[in-house]
Amino acid sequence: MATLSPTQPPAPSVVRRLSAFFSKHPTLVLILLLAAPLLWLGVIYLGSLGALLLQSFYKLDDFTGLVVREFTLDTYKQLFTQSNLDIVTRTAAMASVVTLACALLAFPISFYMARYASPSGKVVFFIAVTLPLWSSYLVRVYSWKLILAKEGVVGWFINLLGLQGALDAILAVPTIGGPSLSVSMYGTFLAFVYVWLPYMIIPTYTALTRVPRSMLEASADLGARPAQTFWRVILPLAFPGVVAGSIFTFSLTLGDYIIPGILGNSAFFIGQVVLTQQGTAGNIPLAAAFTVVPMFIMFVYLFIAARLGAFEAL
Amino acid sequence: MFSRKNSPRPIASRAPFGLKILVAGVLLFLYCPFGIILLYAFTTEETAFTFPPPGLTFDWFRVALFNRPDIFPPLLLSIQVALVATTVALVLGSLIALGVSRAKFFGREAITFLVILPIALPGIITGISLRSAFGLFGIDFSFWTIVIGHATFCIVVVYNNVIARLRRTAKSQMEASADLGADSFQTFRHIVLPAIGTALLAGGMLAFALSFDEVIVTTFTAGQQTTLPIWIFSQLVRPRQRPVTNVVAVFVIAVTFIPILIAQRLTQDSND
Repeated sequence: MATLSPTQPPAPSVVRRLSAFFSKHPTLVLILLLAAPLLWLGVIYLGSLGALLLQSFYKLDDFTGLVVREFTLDTYKQLFTQSNLDIVTRTAAMASVVTLACALLAFPISFYMARYASPSGKVVFFIAVTLPLWSSYLVRVYSWKLILAKEGVVGWFINLLGLQGALDAILAVPTIGGPSLSVSMYGTFLAFVYVWLPYMIIPTYTALTRVPRSMLEASADLGARPAQTFWRVILPLAFPGVVAGSIFTFSLTLGDYIIPGILGNSAFFIGQVVLTQQGTAGNIPLAAAFTVVPMFIMFVYLFIAARLGAFEAL
Repeated sequence: MFSRKNSPRPIASRAPFGLKILVAGVLLFLYCPFGIILLYAFTTEETAFTFPPPGLTFDWFRVALFNRPDIFPPLLLSIQVALVATTVALVLGSLIALGVSRAKFFGREAITFLVILPIALPGIITGISLRSAFGLFGIDFSFWTIVIGHATFCIVVVYNNVIARLRRTAKSQMEASADLGADSFQTFRHIVLPAIGTALLAGGMLAFALSFDEVIVTTFTAGQQTTLPIWIFSQLVRPRQRPVTNVVAVFVIAVTFIPILIAQRLTQDSND
């Protein structure tokens, strides 16, 4: 007679057996977890970057307007014409000036947040700084069109203060001036500084919070005046954070085509060339070769930044 | 935090007045433009940005809602793209975070670098790369080409949120679950998922906000399709009823601010 044997465990279910199998093969689990995302990033994203590099070695046939798919360096030769080099220089110069201005503006607020704000104040400040970062980039650029328009807010204030003469004088400066602030390099510069500023504040703030209080006290105990402590202790320790922020401000300025398009005089930037070459001109090889320039600059920049300890500050 | 009141203070504890002025100035610089956008949504002037506005009206909200049917197809497309891209990013981003957090293995650094790359390189590089790959393989522009671009740079946002949460979740909880006889699926369902739940929500909201107003990559992957940011961009280049653009801009600010603030709250609560 068959008896019930309550002590005997039930046969393991499929789920149980699968689970046991997985716990014995952690590498398999890892592969299963990472397969899909790595396929996406590795094949679609890196594959596309590869396709871009590949295309930069093709060229556009001037007569047929079609891309000739065979290896050539002609497109790169085209890149090194004087007018193209001017565009690269102009873009790199703008990126440098924007980065410098962002660093100067970001430091005081980051310093205040790190040193003087209360814990709850820190949270409020942090949200206040990151909110513009996540919100619409395009809308924020557009706002500067409104502010800088000839009849807009800034123009109104300048009239009020009787500075019309001074404004006309700076707008008359060749190459960077223009008919009004919203169609000059000043406008481009202001909008760039505005949209990338939070990228500079966050790493600078993070670096400043990591400056140990004890070190400041030691500096004061050893007789340093507050100014000396600032220049010789705080600033050197916060510098990697500033460099980390500069990676973003520099890189993003190099690749942008919206801001110089909406707020610039007609001088071209790298991004605009890429856009027009791939669009209306249909010259993807030249657009690709042009994109290699900011990639190369950023590669060098990241190398220097790593030397300055920026990655530990991120 | 630790008895700050009692500790000796050789360093000034109150900010100098000049510094406070600078901080206020930077905050004003960050937020004034939003006020200006809002102000010009009510101006009575259609073609210029005169300051102060000659008159104020609510009429442009009515116009945007009823007289401008060109706004709604781009809005719908943007929402659809953002929803699908966010879903893809949620799945892929949390898979990477779960994988990377499990163990140290060869190539782990390379994987985290690969995840960050799409957002560290200028958007134009991602855009033109995808554009040239589509061209090379003869893929026509479609809804899915936009989604591919957006999902690629949204993965990092989800990944960052989930990995940060997993680092704080005690390994002992999962071990206890296994000791008590749960299989790995039960542990995932009852321990891991609740732990990363709000991180997923926060990451998803940020990814949605990011995708909803992305314009640089989209320009290269949309072809003839118009998302809402591309519509706004076209209005900036060839304006028609400028205040209507402001009404849409105010709407976009609201749509992105709300999820961002919620996401901040969600990650904040768990930090305490």
